[in-house]
Amino acid sequence: MTNETLAQYANLGVYSAMVVFTLAMVAFAMDLAGAAPRLSAVAPDIEVQPALVGGGSSVSGTAARIPVEGPDLPRRRKAAGVAMMLTRLGGLLLIAAAAMRGLSVHRPPLGNMFEFALVGCMFVIVVFVAFSLRRDLRWLGLFVVGPVLLTLGLAITVFYTDASELLPSLRSVWLVIHVSVATFSVALFTIAFSVTILHLVKTWLEAQDRQDSVGMSRLRTTVNTALPSARSLDRTAYGIHAVAFPLWTFTLIAGAIWAEQAWGHYWNWDPKEVWTFVIWVVYAAYLHARATTGWSARSANYLALVGYAAILVNYMVVNVFFVGQHSYSGM
Amino acid sequence: MTGSRMDTRPDESDVNQPVLGFVGTGRWAWRQLTSMRTALFLLLLLAIGAVPGSIWPQRNIDAGRVADYLASHRSTGPWLDRLGFFDVYSSPWFAAIYLLLFVSLVGCVVPRSKIHWRAMREQPPRAPGKLERLPEHGQIEVDGAPEDVLQVARDVLRRRHRRVRADGLSLSAESGYLRETGNLVFHVALIVVIVAVAIGHLFGWRGDRILVTGKSFSNTISGYDTFDPGPWVDTAGLSPFTVAVDRLDVTFEEHAGGAQRGAPRDFTAYTRTQASPDAPEIRQTLKVNSPLVFGGASVFLLGNGYAPVITVRDAAGQVLLHEATPFLPQDANYRSVGAVKVSAASPRQLGFFGFFLPSEYLDKNAGPSSFFPDLKNPALALGVYEGELYPQGRPQSVYTLSTEKMTQLKNAKGEPLRLLLKPGQTIALPGGRGSITFDAVQRWAGLSIRYDPGKILALAGAVAALAGLIASLMIRRRRIFVRVRPQGRRTVVSMGGIAKGEDPRLGAIIENLLGTIAERTGTKTRRTVTKAERTGTTV
Repeated sequence: MTNETLAQYANLGVYSAMVVFTLAMVAFAMDLAGAAPRLSAVAPDIEVQPALVGGGSSVSGTAARIPVEGPDLPRRRKAAGVAMMLTRLGGLLLIAAAAMRGLSVHRPPLGNMFEFALVGCMFVIVVFVAFSLRRDLRWLGLFVVGPVLLTLGLAITVFYTDASELLPSLRSVWLVIHVSVATFSVALFTIAFSVTILHLVKTWLEAQDRQDSVGMSRLRTTVNTALPSARSLDRTAYGIHAVAFPLWTFTLIAGAIWAEQAWGHYWNWDPKEVWTFVIWVVYAAYLHARATTGWSARSANYLALVGYAAILVNYMVVNVFFVGQHSYSGM
Repeated sequence: MTGSRMDTRPDESDVNQPVLGFVGTGRWAWRQLTSMRTALFLLLLLAIGAVPGSIWPQRNIDAGRVADYLASHRSTGPWLDRLGFFDVYSSPWFAAIYLLLFVSLVGCVVPRSKIHWRAMREQPPRAPGKLERLPEHGQIEVDGAPEDVLQVARDVLRRRHRRVRADGLSLSAESGYLRETGNLVFHVALIVVIVAVAIGHLFGWRGDRILVTGKSFSNTISGYDTFDPGPWVDTAGLSPFTVAVDRLDVTFEEHAGGAQRGAPRDFTAYTRTQASPDAPEIRQTLKVNSPLVFGGASVFLLGNGYAPVITVRDAAGQVLLHEATPFLPQDANYRSVGAVKVSAASPRQLGFFGFFLPSEYLDKNAGPSSFFPDLKNPALALGVYEGELYPQGRPQSVYTLSTEKMTQLKNAKGEPLRLLLKPGQTIALPGGRGSITFDAVQRWAGLSIRYDPGKILALAGAVAALAGLIASLMIRRRRIFVRVRPQGRRTVVSMGGIAKGEDPRLGAIIENLLGTIAERTGTKTRRTVTKAERTGTTV
């Protein structure tokens, strides 16, 4: 039996998290906007040693022409601090919402699109917060909280499904094993996607910067200063992909084992299986391209974007529009 | 990065090209096929090639939907069919992609294995002249003579490194061979998975059977409604098990609203099984997600439906037919179609065709429909035909009537006769043709029996691939070099490291190794060159 009251509290948790994330997003945006060098602080023609520049690697060679804050005056980032606190609070609200949703139906909340979205967002925030304890990720906050907010909005309006019990074929321990790992790796791919986009933007800005930094608009300068170096962004994106890909491989294998138990064949080219396979192949190609001489990091990164597009198709198009055995969207 | 390149040979594109002979052309083609660029291209092609199978209906999954699609797309349908879009995964072009990829995979794994085999047995290279020029470097002063310190350093390096080479007063060590090993295991395991899938196709079989409760079936070809063996299956040697379904319990969602209402919640079949005719009878429950297993074959509960028990009598009250007839569900509320064929009727054979409705209501447009999948208001809605049931003895579906040699019975107003029967009800047929009785409703279980001898191998291959993948992505290949030189009564140990690709932990590893060496040599006051000093020296 479903506990309607608990399910309503879960929805309340989602709405509260959305409010908190909206505030966090504004705070992150304010912080990034503050990254723009104050023009008054610019000393016209100082020779700045690249090694002395705060944050460093974004300036190389042409450093002297870039307006920089003094190295002894690190930017005060109050807004970012507030944003991080809000993100953690939102994360706790999402954990509570997912837990209450699960308790309301006495099962893991992984049974329909609303629940996948909720748990996926929760994983994104948990990974982001956990990762931010070890590294300064304040620059990434906006690009993680933004997509999460968008997904939650879609989840609670378009994908929303009443709390209810599961189809017989979903009643299995493999639901927890297969779907939770799938959702977790999608969460990682999502963060990696944001970082990859930022890498492409930053690569472009750095190239512009090398050509003509004085002519750069204020917005571009701000973004250029706020983000880590393209090289470091690329390394981060690759690292996350390298963790997410084996998890996705595991998802595929666990799904095949479950399919064998539930439907009698471990692989039957069901639309969801097809797209899981397509995603796997595209990211495999990405990892291969990274290891191939003659492929630049940038063109390999385009493959990663294609892979994420396939993930979106797998979630939004396959679940809703394609006829197959994975028709569990609940819509 | 030879560690993760597929083809370690140099790029051949700028080699001056004399006229290639037959062998030369072959070798050129082979190099092209096994090059990384081609492999990448084939991978992407495989991804693109797989997509149509999710967009268009596939014959191997749902032949009915393919027929519907062809019927409603008269111009594009046949073209798509000719191009294999309804059998994507058995089409020649899809096979061409994966076979080329398979060959490319073998062509890259074999030479790489040879290279890796040699590399694992080779000594690491000599220590370079200036260790401080390496990406990471550290230096300490310890107690003891250079030879003794060198021995300690050697022991320390041996613990974590596969090969340690000594050259006078310097050492070189290499670790992380498992990275390439993992990479090769990954690729070989993929080949194993492909072979396992092929074994399953050749030696595996599947059969489907609709079994009305109270009946049993045995595992022979004649026991199946449909049987689909692989080309190399010995159909006479199927294991002789039997399954009888006594009862089938089905629950549907009654409480939730919206799309969830009427969704299935639980199917349980209570069965009696025998592994062979002499074996003892066992009572087992069969559920979705928990199949019955007989040796290599598994019995799955994949479907269910209703089989109304129908009795047809002639004008004298003689029973012509009395059986439970399975009807096939057409929608989520189990509006089911079926046919009752009374071949014993005379002078003309009788056929009934129509719907079984578990919860009947009359829809203005669609006619008799069902509002819920469970039995809330069961009814049969049938039309009656008479004539020849099996013209020319052609095989036909048991769920439809072939009406080409039959005529539909009309009522007094000249409209087609429609019968609506509730359980227990009997209706007399016009013109002294006898009567039809709807006695009761039984359920049927849709059983699917599968045998796939390749599945364990496929699983083993997949798990090995995952392990290899993790090793190749997480392990780093590092070289550590050590040089000692005397400094008065003490010894200076200098250590440098280099890794393939980015390696943020290399510095910490060198510091740890130096610390261990200091400890082992019993050095109390050691002086470690700090990181800042190190970077100071390298800039």
